[in-house]
Amino acid sequence: MALNINGNSFDLPNDPRTSLLDFIRREAGLTGSKKGCDHGQCGACTVIVNGERINSCLTLAVMHDGCSVTTIEGLGTLAEPSALQKAFVDHDGYQCGYCTPGQICSATAMLDEIKAGMPSDATDDITAAPTLTDEEIRERMSGNLCRCGAYPNIVAAIREVAGEAT
Amino acid sequence: MSAHLIQDEPDTRNVLDRTTQGIIGKPLSRPDGLLKVTGTATYASEYDIEGCLEGVLVTAPFAKGEVTSIDDSSVTGMPGVVAVLNDKRMTPRAIQGTAGEAPHTGLCKVDYWGQPIALVVAETFEQARDAAKHLEIEFNSEDAIFDPAACTPEPDDDPTRQGDLGKAMSDAEHSVDLKFTTESHASAAMEPHAAIAQWDGDTLTVHASLQMLNYNISELADAMKLDESKVRLVARYVGGGFGSKLGVSQDIVAASVATMQLGRPVRVVMSRQQVFQNVMRRSETSQRLRLAVDHHGKLTAFGHEALVSNLPEEDFAEPVLQSSHFLYAGKNRLLQSETARIHRMTAGSVRAPGEAVGMPVLEAAMGELAEKAGIDPVQLRLDNIPTKHPATGKPFGSHKLAECLQRGAEAFGWDGSDRTPRQRREGEWWIGTGMASAARVHNVGEAKARVTLHDDGTAKVETDMTDIGTGTYTILGQIAGEMLGLSQSDVLTELGDTRFPRGPGSGGSWGAASAGSAVFVACEALREEIAQKIGQPVDALTFKDGLVSWDDGSVILADIANGENFTKEGHFEPGDIAEDYTASGFGAFFAEVAVNRWTGETRVRRMTGAFGFGRVLNAKTARSQCLGGMVWCIGSALTESLMFDPTDGHLVNPDLAEYHVPVNRDVPDLDVLLVEERDAVASPIQAKGIGELGMCGGAGAIANAIYNACGARLYVFPMTPDKVLAAMPVD
Ligand code: FES
Ligand code: FES
Repeated sequence: MALNINGNSFDLPNDPRTSLLDFIRREAGLTGSKKGCDHGQCGACTVIVNGERINSCLTLAVMHDGCSVTTIEGLGTLAEPSALQKAFVDHDGYQCGYCTPGQICSATAMLDEIKAGMPSDATDDITAAPTLTDEEIRERMSGNLCRCGAYPNIVAAIREVAGEAT
Repeated sequence: MSAHLIQDEPDTRNVLDRTTQGIIGKPLSRPDGLLKVTGTATYASEYDIEGCLEGVLVTAPFAKGEVTSIDDSSVTGMPGVVAVLNDKRMTPRAIQGTAGEAPHTGLCKVDYWGQPIALVVAETFEQARDAAKHLEIEFNSEDAIFDPAACTPEPDDDPTRQGDLGKAMSDAEHSVDLKFTTESHASAAMEPHAAIAQWDGDTLTVHASLQMLNYNISELADAMKLDESKVRLVARYVGGGFGSKLGVSQDIVAASVATMQLGRPVRVVMSRQQVFQNVMRRSETSQRLRLAVDHHGKLTAFGHEALVSNLPEEDFAEPVLQSSHFLYAGKNRLLQSETARIHRMTAGSVRAPGEAVGMPVLEAAMGELAEKAGIDPVQLRLDNIPTKHPATGKPFGSHKLAECLQRGAEAFGWDGSDRTPRQRREGEWWIGTGMASAARVHNVGEAKARVTLHDDGTAKVETDMTDIGTGTYTILGQIAGEMLGLSQSDVLTELGDTRFPRGPGSGGSWGAASAGSAVFVACEALREEIAQKIGQPVDALTFKDGLVSWDDGSVILADIANGENFTKEGHFEPGDIAEDYTASGFGAFFAEVAVNRWTGETRVRRMTGAFGFGRVLNAKTARSQCLGGMVWCIGSALTESLMFDPTDGHLVNPDLAEYHVPVNRDVPDLDVLLVEERDAVASPIQAKGIGELGMCGGAGAIANAIYNACGARLYVFPMTPDKVLAAMPVD
């Protein structure tokens, strides 16, 4: 009974009430994932589980036996930040920084969703491959609240990285 | 060691324009940026402290009355439970900004629904949360007034009355007499309030999410009956504040009581619901605007009255009229604000207290007046800018309203010649534009900062000032680098610890000008000392790239330090100047909206803001502050509203699913113009604040755009679809 976080294996907790978020922050000591609401309303706790972004506060750690979790710490480091992490710094895609790890985890997985052809509410033709318009970015990032209001800069950072990627 | 500057006169030296490092004002990225994007910046609750217990607050399920008993035994047998605390020192209300004391203590008397009544402490968070749910209490509840309109308000003890407003209204060519309401707002900073308290038998150390450590240390010491020298507060990273973390909150005192009683570190983090229920709300307001113009379009009457509310025994009253006092001329004036005493949670500072709700209403009324008088609304504002404070006669510092209006209009492509509503439709959407002025009083406070020059040619800045996302780490480093001739990477800034020299903290947009001036004063003293060492007048020296040079010589900065560290503490104090002038930031907003003819939904399609706020210290972080403010304009115009149950007074929407802050898709690309100016009155670095100006009036521009788009004239903020639809003419 174990789950993998950023390449390291952790035994599942004894207390079944422990959310995946609390497990990551406390047991794994990775406080990059933030708790903004604990109710799936803000996206600050977004992590990538088996390639998909989820709100880690909305799921229990014990439900993730054998899962592979990537947190913000697994995307890049101070010495080697990911392209999105760098772009967030360049574009000032944050202010207080509290929503930021969630934004970046979310954006990382979101770009994969686009590549996989998943449509969104902002997609005109849901049978065609979606293109990454600003409206697509805004729609797909709307599960990640930023009370500081860094949205235009967040969009700019994602746009830059997506542009480089395609 | 210490250099003291009391600013009694305007500082027109513009020292930072004559320095040569060339980093001041530049859009440099934040030095703390990589920490934030990699998840390695540490917020209050995230310190890994050995043996830390977890505390969860229990809150009152009634609005007014008394807790008569708490049955500890109902939970003490539960796994992991260590203690149930209800201590006289604990605070039932979040403390108001700059209070510097703990005016309310003891949890048994309850004044609002959701007030903390106890703290349950256990070994793990899950255990504490479970026990908190099972704690049995007994209480007597009483009837209470929740509706501000249902009680007799306290009158304004200092109203402004000039001339005869009533007569000016009836004599006027064109006038409006309008009543508006605005709903309560929450700060809803993304990081919930949190504290880890540690008592070592002598000193209480608390990691907390706070904006103003220098006031907070006094508040906590007062609550705990400790000497301030026995308290240390640390807040290196703060996940947003917006006024909600100005004063010590209930979690901090509860954690402190617990650690002192239990002898182990204790962490208390409020749930999101507790943050909504316990921490400051912005008061709802009712406002009456009476405005009149003569046939030249000059304001002859200016009446702005407000009713706000708060709990009994709270000094704070939302200062709705703050900028109305000086924004526009008009000889006949009446400004007064009344306060109703009701039992909703404490009303206090939420980003831009006063202007955030006063300005949109004033600007919506100005929009209606412009229409009545047949004047371009931009022109109406331009024609009514006073040359001095209309009531006190005090001169302004710099005043960029006209330039912001003009430049904003140009950038937006404003055409004010025909403002007839319902002229443009795209499919099911009505399209329209609107504008508003921006104003926010300038605040500045006493501040200290230490700057140390090391013998390796790097420098360090230390102050207890906080960075709540505003960019303090960035701009203080830039000021020191600019003054000492160092690159950004050669200056390390350390903040958020009461062991450092103290200042006013973050709030009221005063941090940059206050702490920045303290750093400036320290650097001036360092430059002076270096000049003495070299034997040259300081004005003859150029500091650049780690080199100090003069006419016929130069020396490496690191060599001057010569193995000793040069340290100066800068101490800045605003002097008489604060009394002699009216200082304010000004700006203008322009918005284009689409309003759905069938649903009444409003989408902001584009928005331009032009702002003059003194010297821009960093164009990137300053722009971000403006963006954030404009996003808040969208929220307060369209969605944000705390709703209270009229029968039992509980907050109906205490979370982020039901209290609607703007999400990414609600926000279009926003255009920000930084209108450069030097305000010699504002501070010795000629800077004013920008944390709040960006939200002071913009909701009025959106309101005016809604009317221009679809003809719905609304007198209530937020303008939710149901209200827009009800007010929209039938086509
Ligand atoms: S903390 Fe998980 S969505 Fe807010
Ligand atoms: S950066 Fe503060 S909430 Fe997004």
